[in-house]
Amino acid sequence: MAKKEIDTRFNKFGTVSFTSTTKVNDFIDRLEQGKVSGTRCKKCGMTFFPPRADCYQCFSSDMEWFDVAGTGKLVTYSKLEYAPVGFDGDLPYAIALLDFGDFKVFGRLDSNLSDDEIQVGMEMKTAVNKLPNGQLNYVFQKA
Amino acid sequence: MGKVGIIGVGQSAFVRGYPGSIKELAFEGFRDAMLDAQITTKDIDASVICSAPEYDKQRSPAGVLAEYFGLTPQPTFYVETLCSSSSTGVKLAYSLIKSGLHDVVAVVGFQKMSEISSAESQERMGRGADIQWESPFGTMMPAYYAMYARRHMSKYGTTSEDLALIRVKAATYGQINEKAVYRKPVTLDMFSDPESAMSGPVASPLRVGDCCANADGSSCIIVANEEKAKAFSKKPVWILGVGAASTTVNLVGRSLFSGLTVGMEAGKQAYEMAGVSPKDIDVAEVHDCFTIAEMMAYENLGFAKPGEGRDLIRGKETYKEGSIPVNVDGGLLSKGHPIGATGGSQIRTIVLQLRGEAGDMQVKDPEIGLVHNIGGVGLYGNVTILGR
Repeated sequence: MAKKEIDTRFNKFGTVSFTSTTKVNDFIDRLEQGKVSGTRCKKCGMTFFPPRADCYQCFSSDMEWFDVAGTGKLVTYSKLEYAPVGFDGDLPYAIALLDFGDFKVFGRLDSNLSDDEIQVGMEMKTAVNKLPNGQLNYVFQKA
Repeated sequence: MGKVGIIGVGQSAFVRGYPGSIKELAFEGFRDAMLDAQITTKDIDASVICSAPEYDKQRSPAGVLAEYFGLTPQPTFYVETLCSSSSTGVKLAYSLIKSGLHDVVAVVGFQKMSEISSAESQERMGRGADIQWESPFGTMMPAYYAMYARRHMSKYGTTSEDLALIRVKAATYGQINEKAVYRKPVTLDMFSDPESAMSGPVASPLRVGDCCANADGSSCIIVANEEKAKAFSKKPVWILGVGAASTTVNLVGRSLFSGLTVGMEAGKQAYEMAGVSPKDIDVAEVHDCFTIAEMMAYENLGFAKPGEGRDLIRGKETYKEGSIPVNVDGGLLSKGHPIGATGGSQIRTIVLQLRGEAGDMQVKDPEIGLVHNIGGVGLYGNVTILGR
């Protein structure tokens, strides 16, 4: 009997992924198509980013995807000069938070941004980013 | 039910590279508290063991530590809320006693961080966040707290120098605390001196001097019901209020980035239960894993209004002689932060203060003290209010 195949697409997320299997693995396919996506509960309309398979408000698992679009405000960020094991090849890099109103997105700032271009409160957009090691993440760029 | 008291406190010296096993390390804090309480292991009904996972290789440490302490066959439990594990342990002990299940409970916190490298430690701490959606971006504790620092600066005009002043205060007391890992003075000039390690960049806007010292250490708090506390101890310190709260792990679920809601919520609960307000606190230990964390604690606990924490440190109001002395044992910044041992060590400091036994660190005649202990990036909040 053939071994049941395990869907480990999520291994591709970020410089180092710590999760291989999740019910929202389609997030990776959508990243590959250039889309950063969250989920919305079809029953009660609750919106989730990052995407979830289950709604804690109405307990439904009937979700639909939506794409993060438009711009969000930069809430805060930090540029790292020291990295945890596995991330030193990426240094320096900045982690950041964008506020889109209905939801927030945690990620990295585009490494092409110079320090003096970055201001708390500035409008930014998300973009899918291919990492040198073949992994995928998303970054924030000037809107 | 009557009151719940603390009858013994202890801690090991906080050091780098402890030359022994986790059992031997934890025993140092346990023995210190037992000698302080002047009781025997037969007087202890249960033990609560606290640490954060993945620093050492021992699975389920409660059993092996209870064995080493001679606390079998009494029940033992393992409790974990990252950096606030042993405050949570004391809250559990309080509940076990208040429910009438046990009379005397030993809470032991420990961490041997030196089993792994600093970069490995950052990776593990980064995984105290959301491993699915945040850690793959390369997160670590200093960077998360740096995001709070950036927001606090942007919202209120707090400066890097204000934060550095908090480190200078911590070092003032770290020098006189013989159990502290960092005993050297720190001056404001060091933060602008490229030759000084303090000025080294870590995660903007935080620098090396803004970050606490990793350490190996253990702590122990012995908690008892009113009857036993009065029988065993001449100077029991009473637990007047306990508060605890959580929030979302992932920052996307939060709405405040210039303060920690868990500190506010846990503080509110503890003040209400104790029937006191911030102005009644005579001495406090707050969770200064980073300088910004102490600044936010001033504001979240009501010692200062939001955005005005800097006035406290600029005016030296949180020094020993000030209106609200905070972390006059060196804090996590200089005393060191062996994750699972930290809450117990903070509680020990306040108990010694209330007993008038804090030596050179003694604040003048305090009656009510507060302990604020945070786990993760503002993920778990614990506030304990103690009184004579």
